[in-house]
Amino acid sequence: MTAAASTKTGARPARAGRRPPVAWVGTVPFLAYTGVFLLLPTGIVIWNAFKGNTGGWTFANITGLNTGLVRSAFVGSLELCVISSVVGAILGAILAYAVASGDPDGLIRRLYIAASGVLAQFGGVTLAFAFLAAIGPTSGILFHASWFYDFPWGIAVIYCYFQIPLMTLVFLPAIDGLRIQWREAAENLGGSTWQYWRHVGAPLLAPAFLGATLLLFANALSAFATIEAWEDQISYVVPQSISTSLISEVGLANVHEGDALAAGMIVMVVIVMSGYFLLQRRAARWQR
Amino acid sequence: MAALNQPLADLAADLTGPAAARRPSGLRASQRRRLNAFRYVAFIVFGLFFLLPLFAMVRFSFEGAKPGTWSVAAWTQIVSYPGPPPLLSSIEITLELAAISSAVMLLLVVPTMIWIRLRVQWFSKVMEFICLLPLTIPAIVLVVGLAPIYNKIERYNVSALMLFWAYVILALPYAYRALAAGLAAVDAKTLSEAARGLGARWPTVMFRVIVPNMWQAILNSLLLTVALVLGEFTVAYLLSYVNLQTNLFEISRSSENAGVLFSASAATLLFAFALLLILSYVGRRLRRGRP
Amino acid sequence: MSALVKAAKSEGTLNVIALPNDWANYGTIIKDFTAKYGIKVNSIAPSDSSAQEVTQIEQKKGTSLAADVLDVGGSVATASTSLFAPYKVATWASIPAGLKDPSGLYFGDYGGYMSVGYNSAKFGTITSLSQLLGSKFKSAVALNGNPTEANAALNGVMMANLAEGGTASSIADGVNFFHKLKAAGNYVPVQATPATIKAGTTPVVFNWDYLNTAAVVGQSASTWKVYIPSNATLGGFYFQAINKDAPHPAAARLWEEFLFSQAAVGGQNLWLEGGARPSEQAAMTSNGSINKTAAAALPPVMGTPIFLTQAQATAAATYLAANWAKAIS
Repeated sequence: MTAAASTKTGARPARAGRRPPVAWVGTVPFLAYTGVFLLLPTGIVIWNAFKGNTGGWTFANITGLNTGLVRSAFVGSLELCVISSVVGAILGAILAYAVASGDPDGLIRRLYIAASGVLAQFGGVTLAFAFLAAIGPTSGILFHASWFYDFPWGIAVIYCYFQIPLMTLVFLPAIDGLRIQWREAAENLGGSTWQYWRHVGAPLLAPAFLGATLLLFANALSAFATIEAWEDQISYVVPQSISTSLISEVGLANVHEGDALAAGMIVMVVIVMSGYFLLQRRAARWQR
Repeated sequence: MAALNQPLADLAADLTGPAAARRPSGLRASQRRRLNAFRYVAFIVFGLFFLLPLFAMVRFSFEGAKPGTWSVAAWTQIVSYPGPPPLLSSIEITLELAAISSAVMLLLVVPTMIWIRLRVQWFSKVMEFICLLPLTIPAIVLVVGLAPIYNKIERYNVSALMLFWAYVILALPYAYRALAAGLAAVDAKTLSEAARGLGARWPTVMFRVIVPNMWQAILNSLLLTVALVLGEFTVAYLLSYVNLQTNLFEISRSSENAGVLFSASAATLLFAFALLLILSYVGRRLRRGRP
Repeated sequence: MSALVKAAKSEGTLNVIALPNDWANYGTIIKDFTAKYGIKVNSIAPSDSSAQEVTQIEQKKGTSLAADVLDVGGSVATASTSLFAPYKVATWASIPAGLKDPSGLYFGDYGGYMSVGYNSAKFGTITSLSQLLGSKFKSAVALNGNPTEANAALNGVMMANLAEGGTASSIADGVNFFHKLKAAGNYVPVQATPATIKAGTTPVVFNWDYLNTAAVVGQSASTWKVYIPSNATLGGFYFQAINKDAPHPAAARLWEEFLFSQAAVGGQNLWLEGGARPSEQAAMTSNGSINKTAAAALPPVMGTPIFLTQAQATAAATYLAANWAKAIS
């Protein structure tokens, strides 16, 4: 079949099977950019993790990760991330449902989505200081609420400040994807609200919910600025350990150990994100 | 039987109306009331949780030198704080960074996404994976690897505006989600085939046919990028650049007058929030404007 | 010297790092240097730690953004000598032998004693560290930084160690003291800054005495007092070094000459006015160039000063790395 004959002006139709390699070209700018600024740095970190201080190759940095202090940092990270992601996911899902079940063009929905977009990025110094202002003794609202300094529950509350908005942003499309017809079909078949959620709503939302929770987990894992600005006296979590190994001025700086810690973190997040990815594919089936 | 009329009517409206209408009008009145009660409680509780620290921050920013007095000094200081470096200059740099990062991000991602959707569909999974990576690779890890690359960049240009290279990467997960949702809602294949059938070349298809249908998503991703750049701290800090957040961090560590810290943060938040809100309304007008 | 001045002026700029304006009077020192020589001073990242200074010169190597001169703690100085260029200032002989590297790679600039700054209106007068364990000090006591990262914080713990009867070779008693402090609910794990002192979050601060002056923390001199234990007089010095790959080498050396000048308006006296003890203090007192009023205003030092050796500091850091987190969580 001659492609030119099928159109008036001779332009090649979109489904031309010839010259597929040319189509590749379109992805080159993106691949080049992310290759240099995302994949290459990641590769450098992993590469350096296996280099010793004297320049040779070594596993010492990796095996050094098994010391008590580093283990406790990883455990600390896991605790904080699990708590803030589970609590953030549940509360965020509730908020997303509250927003989604209202007027899609209404003011409240716009307000909460705009707020979520901003607060999901709100972290670091300003968040720590906002909470300090809220709980501090002089101008604070909640006087001497010193349990905020407890790890992990205190700081987890602060983490929820950006986890809940992130969850709302990520989970809202999933709830929007619940067709009203399904609810009505359940009604017509005589089902109650509880039965609807148990047999229709929850199974449909489960993959998206779990996927979003994993996303929150990964987000909490990599958060650094907030906990560093809040209480930097103890390296509770791995990013702080990495920071110590990079900037310690009392002789504890070991850049390669920092790289090994970083490589350990990368492994953790790759596992988590693969899980997220698989769950998203399942969830996407219902979201068309 | 009569009880079914209302649900059926709504069903019809839903099938013909815009897909976004999610008003659960098929619910019985008591369920509707319960739902509304739940919604109001949720909004109030969450609203309080989010507003409390913000309110404390704003209140602290109006405090005078002695506790108990009030003054707007902290707010005027946003413009006049000398530094070094002056706060105003780091605000400028951050705003410029936001503009550059959004522009580069859109230029990089939108054509690629459309191209993939039309020509190399299997690649979309790869792109999605790459775009989500930055959300999970901690900035502190990324910077360790970015440092040597930035050292090379600095031989050509030492300005803090060079941070945009990294910021585009950081914005990818949020922007990609928004753009992907927008592109999915557009029947790209049909539109492109129609346009190509009428003799359009690929650039025309992409920029004059598909992109105009994605305005809402493009605006969303733009705004998410801006919000990210305004709040970004870790990368700038670890690469020894000065932006708004690192400047605020320095002020918090070195000055006893923390008022400007709170006022600048509150101003940033309000600014980003106002932008996002305004653009959600612009999006509605654009949507309504189409026949 | 005049050739140096000319070369420095033609360079026109100097990059300094980690020099907060209210740290040992650096704000005035920078202003005076610029006023005297017309050289613009870029003050990079004032709140950086010593190790971050080293990271910066490594990261920005070969660019015009690298810091020209560094002001670092002892352990960082000795660990990073491969990055420094040797230089001996004109007043080299006045610097005590124990405070300089023989080849001129680093040299002590100023120091102070570890102290406790506190609000005397609220807490009365502190005469011994063990008072801090009392119930009056609930949620009040803070360090300046993380002991596993920051020199000042490590020395804070070491001072408590010495006050509790420990020796400089083992910091275990100090860690134990803070453990007791935490158990009593008196320890606040927030980094003490002037802002947190003003907010009332950290009304009692362990810090170098020149950082605990009322002027620096922004409190009234009538209520803010500084206490240096007589049984735990722990001193610490910082060191100057010149970046081997400094983008402005002549300006860097001129800066060092300015800092170590014994003139009435030279660096040494300016540091003294900031409450720090300049390294050439002994020599300047004998030759009369010292600012006597400022010297008299320094907090009295009652006990025998102790300075940590490199080995002791490393041992302390290692112990802290293994035990600090456990002790105060």
